[in-house]
Amino acid sequence: MTLEVLDRSQTETAAPAAPVRAKPQRLSIIDCDFHPTVKTIDELKPYLSKRWWERIQTYGLRPRHAFVNGDPYPKAAPRAARRDAWGPDGSQPGSDLAFTQQHYLDAYDVEYAMMGPLYPSGQADQDPEFTTAMVSAVNDWQLDAWAHRDKRLKASILVSYEDPQSSVAEIEKRAGDKSFAQILLLTRTNEPLGRKRYWPIYEAAERHGLPVAMHVFGYSGFPVSGTGWPSYYLEETTGHSAACQSVVASLVLEGVFERFPDVKFINIEGGFGWLAALSWRLDKHWSRLRAEVPHLKRPPSEYLREQLYITTQPMDEPESPRQLIDLMEQVGMDRLLFATDYPHWDFDDPARALPRGLTPEQTRAICSENARKLFRL
Amino acid sequence: MAKHVVATAAEIPDGGRKLVEINGRPIAIFHVKGEFFALYDKCPHEGGSLCTGKLTSLVGSDGPGRYSLSRQGEIVRCPWHGWEFDLRTGKSYCDPVKMRVRNYAVSVEPGARVVEGPYRAETFPVSVEGEYVVVEV
Repeated sequence: MTLEVLDRSQTETAAPAAPVRAKPQRLSIIDCDFHPTVKTIDELKPYLSKRWWERIQTYGLRPRHAFVNGDPYPKAAPRAARRDAWGPDGSQPGSDLAFTQQHYLDAYDVEYAMMGPLYPSGQADQDPEFTTAMVSAVNDWQLDAWAHRDKRLKASILVSYEDPQSSVAEIEKRAGDKSFAQILLLTRTNEPLGRKRYWPIYEAAERHGLPVAMHVFGYSGFPVSGTGWPSYYLEETTGHSAACQSVVASLVLEGVFERFPDVKFINIEGGFGWLAALSWRLDKHWSRLRAEVPHLKRPPSEYLREQLYITTQPMDEPESPRQLIDLMEQVGMDRLLFATDYPHWDFDDPARALPRGLTPEQTRAICSENARKLFRL
Repeated sequence: MAKHVVATAAEIPDGGRKLVEINGRPIAIFHVKGEFFALYDKCPHEGGSLCTGKLTSLVGSDGPGRYSLSRQGEIVRCPWHGWEFDLRTGKSYCDPVKMRVRNYAVSVEPGARVVEGPYRAETFPVSVEGEYVVVEV
C-alpha cells in the first residue's frame, strides 16, 4: 500500500499555529476514546523479554482472524485515520506526543483523554502467552510514552482477556497506579462477555473500583454479525452496534450486573441509539421468561440504567436533532460519555457533533461531568 | 465584494493547495491543471479542513462491477469523514442541495494589472512581473 503523505507546508496558515476553530469559547471535554500508537514497534522492545521480542521479529503479530497482516476489511482511510492527523514528519497518526498535544489535546480543550491502544496491543493473539507479555508491555509503554509525559492522558489496563488468570495478575499489578483509569476489553471475544469464564476480571475490577471498558472490534475469529462474514467495511462498521447488543444482553442476562453491582461498564464506539430499544425488549421478554434467569432480581433495564455507560462516537445523525435527543433521554443524559476517537477518520468534533437543542447542563454532562464522576477525576 | 491577492500563481503547483485567510475567513485555494479554485475551508458536516483533503475524481458506474473515473483532481474529499465536494461548485456529490460549501471566484491576473488596482494585497508583496491568484470575497 502506498501512503500519500500530506504536504503540510501549504495547508497551515502561518498564524495561529493551532487549527482555526469555529467557536472561541469552547467547552473542555473528557474524551473517552483516544487511540495512541507507536511510531515503530521498536518502542515496545524495552518492555519485552528476548523471547517475545524474537517472536515478534520472527512471526509478527498474529491475531485470531484470517488476515493476520491486515484488517478483515479495508478501512475508509490509511490506518483508519483522519488524513490531517499524520505527524509533520510522516509519523503515524496518534504516535507523536508533541503533535498530538497541539493537534488534538490543545485544539479541542481535552481535559482528560482515556487511552485505548488498539494496535499494536497483542490482544487475543494466537499465542495466549504472547498476549500476556504484549499487553503488559503496552501498559508500561502507555505510562512512559504518554501518561507520565502529559497528565491529561489516562492509561487503560489492557489484559489478556481470554486468559482470566493472567488478566487478574495484570490488573493486580496496575490497579494501585492512578495513571490507569479503567480496564479495557474488546467486544468480540471467544464467548459473550457475560460468560462466567470472564468473571475473575470483573471481580478484580470490583476489588479495585475500576470501570470495565469494552471497545468494539476484537479477534475472536468470528464475524461481526451473527450470520457470517459481511462483504463490506460499511457493513462491519455498522454491524458493531448489533454485536454490542449481544454483549450487553449477555452481561445482564448472565447476571454480571447482579453479581457485581458496583462495577461500571462502558461500551465504546458501538453507537447508543439501540440501547433504548434493547432495554424495552429485554424487559418485555424478561417479564414472561424470567423463570429461565432466576438470578436476575430486577428488570434488565434497571441494571443497564445503573451500571452501563455508553460513548457517543460515531454519533448518529438523524434528519431531526430532536429524534437524537429523545434517544439520549431514553438512554440517560447521565450515562452518555463524549468520545472523539481521535485520530481515526470517523472522529467527532465536540463543537459540532452533538445535536442542537441540548441544554448547557446536558452538554456539560455528556462532554465531561459524567466521565468526571465515573472516573473520580 | 473585493478582490484579494492571495498567492503567486507559481507557488501553488498543479495538485497543490494553499490555506489563506481573508477577512478572518479560512479559504482553501486549489490548483488543478492550470485552473485555480477557492472553497471555504470548513466542511459543512463537522468542520474538517478541506485544505488538508485529498484531491480525487468523480467515480461513475454504468453497471455492477464496472466503474470509471472522470474529472481527475476536481473533487476534494474531506480529511475526516470523506464527504466529497466539487471544486467548481462547492456542492457535495451525495447531497448537493443541503451539503455544500461556499465557493469563491478565482482568477489569475498579471502583476502589472494587480499593481494598478483595485486589488487588495495588504499582506502580499506584488511586483509587475509574474502572475497572481486573485480571490473575490
